[in-house]
Amino acid sequence: MKSLEELEKIRKQAQEALKVREGQKPVRIVVAMGTCGIAAGAREVMTTILEELAARSLSDVSVTQTGCMGLCEQEPLVTVEKPGQPAVTYGNINAERARRIVAQHLVNDAVVGEWVVATKR
Amino acid sequence: MRELALHVLDIVQNSVEAQASRVEIAVEEDVAAGFLKITIADDGRGMDEEMVRKVQDPFVTTRRTRRVGMGLPLLASAARQTGGTVTVESAPGRGTVVTATFGLHHLDRAPLGDMAATVAVILAGNPGLALRYRHRRGDSEFVFDTREIERQAGPVPWGDPQAAAWTRKTVAEALRALEPLGHGPGNAGPVKTGGGT
Ligand SMILES: Nc1ncnc2c1ncn2[C@@H]1O[C@H](COP(=O)(O)OP(=O)(O)OP(=O)(O)O)[C@@H](O)[C@H]1O
Ligand SMILES: [Mg+2]
Repeated sequence: MKSLEELEKIRKQAQEALKVREGQKPVRIVVAMGTCGIAAGAREVMTTILEELAARSLSDVSVTQTGCMGLCEQEPLVTVEKPGQPAVTYGNINAERARRIVAQHLVNDAVVGEWVVATKR
Repeated sequence: MRELALHVLDIVQNSVEAQASRVEIAVEEDVAAGFLKITIADDGRGMDEEMVRKVQDPFVTTRRTRRVGMGLPLLASAARQTGGTVTVESAPGRGTVVTATFGLHHLDRAPLGDMAATVAVILAGNPGLALRYRHRRGDSEFVFDTREIERQAGPVPWGDPQAAAWTRKTVAEALRALEPLGHGPGNAGPVKTGGGT
């Protein structure tokens, strides 16, 4: 089955990426996936972030989920955690904004100030 | 929710929060009988009898970020408005089974929506989860089972963005290969299948 062969390739690439970043703390992106987040569009946001990471071959980033963060009116919420930097939570994120967060915050290390709803050391 | 697939994502999120290591999603579209049935079973911590009784009440939640739990009440009202029902079976330490039925041809039924995106996002966010997704439409069926895939292909880095793209593509293709939904008996018009968003 061809699609299973593709998995083989994906595994090899992931293993190589793991070797490269050995010992480094990974960058984490956390998407809030409580009912409030999902109703507001968190699935599309997470899908877009994954697509963007795949397109840019950013394999040193882990994308995870969390439940409701108590900021339901500002969902979808996306938190970016870079090692040694305060965690930045963005609110009212859609697919387009998610793409900008990847380009600007992840790649160019510049926080997108206008959408920040919380920061935490 | 705009799609039934979003309810599925949300109910599986409950399973994840209940520390499930295995989740089984089953979707069944029965044109002749005119219903759509979604079952989500997990091996998480489960609920006691009282919790099961109260869980469709929005004022019941164990989350601490807000005082209401919306997931199960939203699913229940989405099912009821199509003439369907939601049942919750659970016991402490024995896992939980949530079953929702919908009137397949009912005008107020949300479309099934993008199940491929739902499955991809569940796996990407919970790479250690064993997930089985079975979808039956009439006489055609497919099964997407992470354990079975890993038995054939070896370990898969489910959290990897490329793997997520693979999951999404694979499930979408399998869904497209199911027979078309066709017309239900006595159904006034063509039935819209849930395709992508
Ligand atoms: N699969 C499950 N296993 C164990 N407990 C569950 C499960 N599903 C729901 N529960 C319990 O029922 C409660 C209500 O669930 P519900 O989805 O309605 O709201 P919530 O998850 O608390 O919040 P929300 O869904 O609005 O983010 C949960 O807080 C949890 O205690
Ligand atoms: Mg919930």
